[in-house]
Amino acid sequence: MTLLYRFAIMAAAFLAAAVPASAQDAAMSLDEKVNAGFSAATGWFVNFIFMSIPGTNFPWIVMWLVIGATVFTIYFAAVQFRFFGHAIGLVKGDYSDPNDAGEVSHFQALATALSGTVGLGNIAGVAVAVGIGGPGATFWMILAGLLGMASKFTECTLGVKYRNEYPDGTVSGGPMYYISKGFDELGLPGGKILAVLFSIFCILGALGGGNMFQANQAHAAISGITGDYPGWITGVVFAGVVFAVIVGGVKSIARVTEKVVPFMGILYVGAALIVLIVNYNMIGWAFGQIFAGAFTGLGVAGGMVGALIQGFKRAAFSNEAGVGSAAIAHSAVKTKEPITEGFVSLLEPLIDTVVICTMTALVIVISQQLIIDQATGNYMLNEAGSAIATVDGNTGVALTAAAFGSAIGWFPFVLAIAVILFAFSTMISWSYYGLKAWTYLFGEGKGTELTFKVIFCIFIVIGAAASLGPVIDFSDAAIFAMAVVNIFSLYFLMKIVRKELASYSARLKSGEIKKFSH
Amino acid sequence: MKLVIGLDGQSSGDKALEFAKDLANRMESCELIVVYVIEWSPFSFQTAEENAQRHKRREEEIAIAMERVLNPAVKTLTDAGLTARAVVRHGDVADTIDNIAHDEGASQIIVARSSAGGFSKRIFGSSTANLVMDARVPVTVVA
Repeated sequence: MTLLYRFAIMAAAFLAAAVPASAQDAAMSLDEKVNAGFSAATGWFVNFIFMSIPGTNFPWIVMWLVIGATVFTIYFAAVQFRFFGHAIGLVKGDYSDPNDAGEVSHFQALATALSGTVGLGNIAGVAVAVGIGGPGATFWMILAGLLGMASKFTECTLGVKYRNEYPDGTVSGGPMYYISKGFDELGLPGGKILAVLFSIFCILGALGGGNMFQANQAHAAISGITGDYPGWITGVVFAGVVFAVIVGGVKSIARVTEKVVPFMGILYVGAALIVLIVNYNMIGWAFGQIFAGAFTGLGVAGGMVGALIQGFKRAAFSNEAGVGSAAIAHSAVKTKEPITEGFVSLLEPLIDTVVICTMTALVIVISQQLIIDQATGNYMLNEAGSAIATVDGNTGVALTAAAFGSAIGWFPFVLAIAVILFAFSTMISWSYYGLKAWTYLFGEGKGTELTFKVIFCIFIVIGAAASLGPVIDFSDAAIFAMAVVNIFSLYFLMKIVRKELASYSARLKSGEIKKFSH
Repeated sequence: MKLVIGLDGQSSGDKALEFAKDLANRMESCELIVVYVIEWSPFSFQTAEENAQRHKRREEEIAIAMERVLNPAVKTLTDAGLTARAVVRHGDVADTIDNIAHDEGASQIIVARSSAGGFSKRIFGSSTANLVMDARVPVTVVA
């Protein structure tokens, strides 16, 4: 297992880089030390993932995701639109056997997967995209969301088809299982290596986007209200609560969160709708900005390509289509037809990106937090030229809060609570994804599981203490690295899904698969 | 003739059972179906870990319901020389009992009066009340 060895080296590099940084300058605060150590340790990885295609400033990874989603859309003949109605029927339970009552329903699998994805990507991530790429980024984000539905469909079908079902009745699924089993079935070599590689990136992704980014933005949301204070304090508190849930087995906390999070989601969309209704006369203008910005950039750094890169990047980060994480969450569903979960999962990017992210983007654009140069009609850049100047210099979640706050004065408080809860539920979800990858590598067992959970909690503190730049770079890089392995493997495995699709749609047409009367 | 008896694991269920036993003894041939419904909704929210263990938990819940509620009830009835069997399901209590009675072609549902009280009853109503209002089969509520 040289890969495991390499992973161990990498983990050691993380820690090693943090130690000399702390020795260099005793005058630095703890947060600064964490920050310096963190960017030093992860820089090479981030640079590799976001390397531009030679001769352009277009990161190859963004191209990779979009090409993947486009290929799946074409290969399955726009399955996301053809089976959209059927997906709704499945979620409503129209096709569920009443004798299976008490098992995980399609709705529950979808809701669980959504609670892992709907979160800061929709609130803070969109603000980052629009803040750097301008309103035009929204257009590309929606497009990526629509295409991403096909990626989700492919990976979640495979996730259910190749999950492990243990004698005690529990299940484990996800890309590591479908890659190794699927490649074996097709007689292809290298499945095991790819599965191990995926698991390594999944662990990094769980620690990055599923953990540090969440902790970081939760801290930003809290300090936005209380005033600035050291990030590690938030980190320690969060780590303590997460530790209580995932190690201490304090299920009540997770249970309460799982029940409150959907309401926060509805509240968030509701508040966005109120802002839009109040400013109904500006909705047309905002869409105008989105379309104009999509093709001209309206003065943002990088122009149209800049808007496109930001839109695609944040869509992928928000709905995780092609990343493979959702396949882990969806694989617990009770169904005889794996493809039905594929249909259900394609709703995820739609709800997450096309609906919720677009709401956030519209609110930010309409609230006019982004400063427009009245003379040219273009957006003004900040001093560094890296992002659009905002009214109060806000970025990330603070920008979203300011945008909502301009219309509903008290909403930033609600938003802060929402951010904390979203961050928390995403962390719980990702701790599970990371754990599944970890146990795939190191085997199931109390000791190995505890090791991962403790590491997970330590990274919460690091994430809360580091500044947004390095954290978001590393989070993106780790999650996209998962997509590199996953989409590569899906190209080989997609013919299995096509066979399932052909068989299922034939039986659906012939009436063999029919609704149950409830 | 088939009778469905809905139990909720409370002591009031014994009265329903006694009533059904008495009724069945007066009839020539009667099959008793003792039902226990585990309150569950396909539209609830769960963590990924709970989902992964759901199948196992479901089996455990069914085993506990059989052991604690249904098996003793069926034994009481068979000891009295009656034909009885147990059914355990997950779902909405009122809907599920009604569905079973309807699918089995039962002529009557026998349940105990609601054991819920106070605040939650005011907000959510009781399963018994819901059953009485919506059932497609005659319902006897035993006080």
